[in-house]
Amino acid sequence: MPEPVHRTVISELRERIGRLEGGQGAARGVLPFGVAEIDRVLPEGGLARGSLHEVTGGGNGAVDGAIAALFAAGIAARTAGPVLWCLTRRDLFAPALMQAGLSPDRLICVEAGDDKQLLACFEEGLRHGGLGAVIAEVAKLSMVASRRLQLAAESSGVIALAIRRFRRVAEAAAFGQPTAAVTRWRVSALPSAPLPVPGVGRARWRVELTRCRAGEGAVFEVEACDAKGRLSVPALLAGGPAAAQPAERRAAS
Amino acid sequence: MLYAVDPAARRLGLVRGMAAAKAQALVPGLTLLPADPAADLEGLYRLALWALRHLSPVVALDPPDGLLIETSGADHLHGGEAAMLAFLVGRFAGAGVTARAAVAESRGAAHAAARFLESDKAVIAPGAVEALLKPLPLKALRLAPALVRDMRALGFERVCDIFHEPRAPLALRFGPEPGRRLDQALGRIGDPFDPVRPPDPVEARRLFGEPIGAAETIARYIARLVAALCPALERRGLGARRLDLLFRRVDSGFQAIRVGTATPVRDEKRLTRLLCEKIETVDPGFGIEEMILTATLAEPFVERQARSSLSGAVEADLSGLVDVLANRLGAGRLYRFAPVESDVPERAFMRVPPLAPGVEGGIHGAAPAWSGEWPRPARLLPRPERIETMALLPDHPPVWFSWRGVRRRIRAADGPERIFGEWWKRAAERAAVRDYFRIEDEAGERFWIFRSGNGEDPETGSHDWFLHGIFG
Repeated sequence: MPEPVHRTVISELRERIGRLEGGQGAARGVLPFGVAEIDRVLPEGGLARGSLHEVTGGGNGAVDGAIAALFAAGIAARTAGPVLWCLTRRDLFAPALMQAGLSPDRLICVEAGDDKQLLACFEEGLRHGGLGAVIAEVAKLSMVASRRLQLAAESSGVIALAIRRFRRVAEAAAFGQPTAAVTRWRVSALPSAPLPVPGVGRARWRVELTRCRAGEGAVFEVEACDAKGRLSVPALLAGGPAAAQPAERRAAS
Repeated sequence: MLYAVDPAARRLGLVRGMAAAKAQALVPGLTLLPADPAADLEGLYRLALWALRHLSPVVALDPPDGLLIETSGADHLHGGEAAMLAFLVGRFAGAGVTARAAVAESRGAAHAAARFLESDKAVIAPGAVEALLKPLPLKALRLAPALVRDMRALGFERVCDIFHEPRAPLALRFGPEPGRRLDQALGRIGDPFDPVRPPDPVEARRLFGEPIGAAETIARYIARLVAALCPALERRGLGARRLDLLFRRVDSGFQAIRVGTATPVRDEKRLTRLLCEKIETVDPGFGIEEMILTATLAEPFVERQARSSLSGAVEADLSGLVDVLANRLGAGRLYRFAPVESDVPERAFMRVPPLAPGVEGGIHGAAPAWSGEWPRPARLLPRPERIETMALLPDHPPVWFSWRGVRRRIRAADGPERIFGEWWKRAAERAAVRDYFRIEDEAGERFWIFRSGNGEDPETGSHDWFLHGIFG
């Protein structure tokens, strides 16, 4: 049986690499999405805590950042403790975040004047350690800046989510430039779930994992965050009956 | 002699400095009140204390009628210099004090601008002091009235008259005063003043035999001052809400650091860190010879049970983080959203201080105002943007709409969700109606649009369409 041997070798190698990298990633654990399709692709079965993750929207979403905000809010909602949201523009609408599971009791917003201040706040929040997640809406994120953020996140074990919000759709190409983020996500809108009556069904997203350290990219079609911040895979699109999670889905309204 | 006149008296032609008998002859039945300079000074001191609490750590009296506020490093907390002056003059007007204010590079220039310019809220740009001073009368330079009279007799009326005069003959004839005041107004020489202190302050001072200047040295002494201040706070059972650290320089100038905290604090480490973050804003000049640390605002400090291994999960203490960020950006920049019971989306939330207790239940303890019945957009545009549409009246969603130059066909829509104006807020909203639709275009992008008006009655709105939010 070559298979088990193969697995131990790989896990040993992973451990050694982990130790070389500073070694706390494994101890910190991960935050699973609770969706088997996505968790299967991510190393260790979820978003690594204590690391930087990048999210952007597709198309116009790269500018307005609406879907990215909900995606990030859904992740933050599944952590414990307060959430710091660093922003430069005042168009975040808190009722929507509550509908994605992030209660206003847990949300603290900090409004920075420019990107430089914003990154400083982001880092300060990550270093504090008492927060569940820190989210920042940032346009430019250089390698150096992202490396600092990654180190800050590693030091406290807090999930760092950078929502890349560009000024123009054309600038969104900058999302391809390398940063120290562990994963990168692009989330774009898909037509909503069809309903038997006229109306808009539950929102659907196309979630692209464009980069994943120690893993491979993938594309998923999911239904947007429910009131607990969880994504789900539409029953019709899921790989099989075992993958669908009807219990967690809520009637489209 | 008339010491001061009110606007009504000024309209009757009375001016300051006029003999009382002459005034009474001009205006029969004139009400005269005896002047009380001591009480005026007392009032000025009270205003100075207010400014010390609300504006800046360095405030000085400029008797008989002026306050001197060192605003460098304090203006951005009020949204810039112009906004700060508007706040100042507005607050004084609210208290029944007519104030004139000006910001300038030097004390002399601000003094002149506040008193001799048309505008009561003048902001003098750096480098514009010379242009400001030249057309002003000589008394704008804070010269004694007798001296101004003498100079006038020799033909010196305005500042520009002496601006390019050789200094030596001027000093020979009128003494050193005109040249000195001119230089002070231009910021060429120092202009020392004595800042007011709150009565009975909690403070720690340190005098240096040898002036200090290096950032590391300042940081070391900040730590020592905080260590001296905290026991003093503890003796009184107080925690600091605001600390002012004043640096007196060898040239008698003052530099100041002000930090605030969200809750009363007397943790040495935290206070030291807050103060040390601001060291780079201090210009030590030729050296600092005294540091004074004052707790300008102190509140009763409530002791709390610290972390205990028995009580399971401990809630994270965020006040440290909040203080650091608030001191860096200004207190208004840090907030949390609290639901307000209002159906109008712009009014459905309020920004409250970040450490306000449980906000989910709404501000007034009412039922949660954000029920999940209707989806709300993740981004709400600061103001609704006009869109072009084609829609059937009265209650159909549009077939297409065009926003920011892009035309989109609508694939599916939910609505209308009718939101009525809040007539108790503004008369204009008495009949106002907005019909909100949640729509999805062919690419799957979802928007929140509304029609102003109910589609039938023109009184309820203009029937124009607006885009108000973007869903995820």
